[in-house]
Amino acid sequence: MDTTAAGTLARISAAAGAELPLPPPSEQVFAAPWQAQVFAMTVTLHEAGAFSWSEWARTLGRHVSGGRPDGSDYYERWADALAEMLRNRGIATQEDMERATRAWHEAAARTPHGMPIEL
Amino acid sequence: MDDHDHDHPQYSELSEMDARVRALETLLTEKGLVDRAALDAVVERYEKEVGPHNGAQVVAKAWTDAEYRRWLLEDADAAIASLGHVGRQGEHMVALENTPERHNMVVCTLCSCYPWPVLGLPPVWYKSPAYRSKVVIDPRGVLADFGVSLPEGTQIKVWDSTAEMRYLVIPVRPEGTDGMSEGQLAELVTRDSMIGTGLVHAPSGAAR
Repeated sequence: MDTTAAGTLARISAAAGAELPLPPPSEQVFAAPWQAQVFAMTVTLHEAGAFSWSEWARTLGRHVSGGRPDGSDYYERWADALAEMLRNRGIATQEDMERATRAWHEAAARTPHGMPIEL
Repeated sequence: MDDHDHDHPQYSELSEMDARVRALETLLTEKGLVDRAALDAVVERYEKEVGPHNGAQVVAKAWTDAEYRRWLLEDADAAIASLGHVGRQGEHMVALENTPERHNMVVCTLCSCYPWPVLGLPPVWYKSPAYRSKVVIDPRGVLADFGVSLPEGTQIKVWDSTAEMRYLVIPVRPEGTDGMSEGQLAELVTRDSMIGTGLVHAPSGAAR
C-alpha cells in the first residue's frame, strides 16, 4: 500500500467519491482556547529546540492523515501528535498525561460553575 | 421549581480536549519547558500580528516596484524579511507569480505547512483532507468551489509545501488600478488570492 501523504489522500478521495465538499470558510484563527494553547506549546517547544519543525511536520502529517475530510478534528490530531512527540522525547509518559488529565477533570468537578478551575 | 437544575449547586465541567491540553501544559510547566506568559505571547503573535495583511503588503510592493518584484522572485526570504516578516520555523519562502498564462495554487499534502510570516495561520479548509486531495486531482474543480473560473488556456500549477519550503502566490494585479497607491492596493489583496484559490478584483466603481 502506498503510505505516502499523496497515497493516503488519494484513498480518502476515492472513499469520498467525486464530491469533496470543502469546509465552510472560517476567519477565526482558533475555534477554542485549548486549540490556541496546544498550538502555542508546540511553537514554544520548537523554539526552545525540543524538536525540529521537519520532525514536527512528519509527526503531525501522520496524525492528520486519517482525519475527517472537512478538517474539523485538526487540532485534536495536533494534540495527539504533540503527545506522541513528548512520549518519544521522554518528556512525559502516557501515564503522566492520563493522570494530569484526570486531575483537571476532578478539579472542574469541585469548582462551582463560573469560578476559575485550578488544580 | 420546575427546573431541577436550580435545586443543587452547579459545578464545572471540562471537555476532554480542554482537560487533555491543560494536562500537557501542567506537565510542561512543571518541567520548566513552557510558561504561561510565553504561551500567551505566541498566541498573541499568531492571532494579531501575523496575518494576510503582511502578505498583502509584499504583493502590493511587488506590483508597484519592479526592482522589489525582481528581488522577491529571486530571493523571497530576503525580500520578505526586508519588510519585517521573518519566519521562525526555519522555512524557505518562494514567491510564485501568477500571469494570464499560468495560475499557481498552493497546498500541503502532508499536513498543513503554510507561509505563516506572510499569511498567518491557515484557514480550516486549507488543512482539510478534502482540499488537500482535491486540489491535486482537480484544481479547476477547487477553483469552481471558490467561485473562480479561469480561461481554458491558463495553465494551472499546484505547489506542495513542506516544512522547509513555503510558497506565496503573487496574484495578477487587476485592471483599473493604475492610479492606486501601494497602501490602497494592499487592501485589495485577499488571503485566498495569495494561496491561489482566489483572484484580486478592482474595487467596484474603479475606472475600467
